[in-house]
Amino acid sequence: MKEYRVKVEVRLKPVVLDPQGKSVLSALANLGFEGVRDARVGKLIELRIRDGSAESVRDRVDEMCRKLLSNPVIEDFIVDIEE
Amino acid sequence: MYKFGVIVFPGSNCDHDSYHVIKHVMGQDCEFVWHEDTNLGRFDCIIIPGGFSYGDYLRTGAIASLSPIMESVEKFASRGGPVLGTCNGFQILVEAGLLPGVLIRNSSLRFVCRWVNIRVENNKTAFTGNLKQGEVLRIPVAHGEGSYYFSEDALKALEENSQVVFRYCDGEGNMTSESNPNGSIGNIAGICSKAGNVLGMMPHPERCSESILGGADGKLIFESVISWLGFGKKTKSMA
Repeated sequence: MKEYRVKVEVRLKPVVLDPQGKSVLSALANLGFEGVRDARVGKLIELRIRDGSAESVRDRVDEMCRKLLSNPVIEDFIVDIEE
Repeated sequence: MYKFGVIVFPGSNCDHDSYHVIKHVMGQDCEFVWHEDTNLGRFDCIIIPGGFSYGDYLRTGAIASLSPIMESVEKFASRGGPVLGTCNGFQILVEAGLLPGVLIRNSSLRFVCRWVNIRVENNKTAFTGNLKQGEVLRIPVAHGEGSYYFSEDALKALEENSQVVFRYCDGEGNMTSESNPNGSIGNIAGICSKAGNVLGMMPHPERCSESILGGADGKLIFESVISWLGFGKKTKSMA
């Protein structure tokens, strides 16, 4: 058994409007930051998982993402695994 | 008299309003059901009330949709039992996959708490049978994440199946962007399952079922399901 550090990045699909990102964008412009063309806000979920192999961790985290961590109607996810 | 069950999650806050309307305004039997229970066999109708179940953590309704009771709600619905989810209840039903689509942050990013008008698009569901097609109801909303979203193709299928039940509109029934409180696609305020026995809506009928509260249009929804239940029992006894 090893312990793996897993980062799950959940972000809105490009076609889904992100009002939070829009408001961050306009706040950045108000602060005088020029040239910022777009801003989108996502989520980072960090997990620590004990498991026998990275493959098994990946399978389980994929399932966690489909069942709970993301909503496939509006969100995509990326999984990063470190030993 | 029919028996209604009001599901209670940690963070539900419209459970007592729903109970009050069903028990004291509609004169029906009503019971709270804790979300860790799993037996719904004794009920004729299930209400999933509004609130902030599990503090809206992760996504609104996401954690509540995995509560033990939800499997029983799914079974209850698949047997044709009527299920109404209002506000957070609607969010829980979409997260549980009992209704299609998803509810996201209001386009204004603000919590909206006000009266809205909604137009009846489908009066053949378990909860809208006493309403007229095109009728306008005045019902309050109170939510931060009520913007209904679905991909365009999926939305088309939803409309073809008459699953859009309510749309935000002005007082005359015209769909305008000003009358849309949250940026919902197609001004959608409520949708139903294919069979029409599961209804989810962002407005709160339980907050406007007595005229002393400024409006009683919500009562029409509870009256509809009571008529629908009566009709079901009659057809069953005739068969």
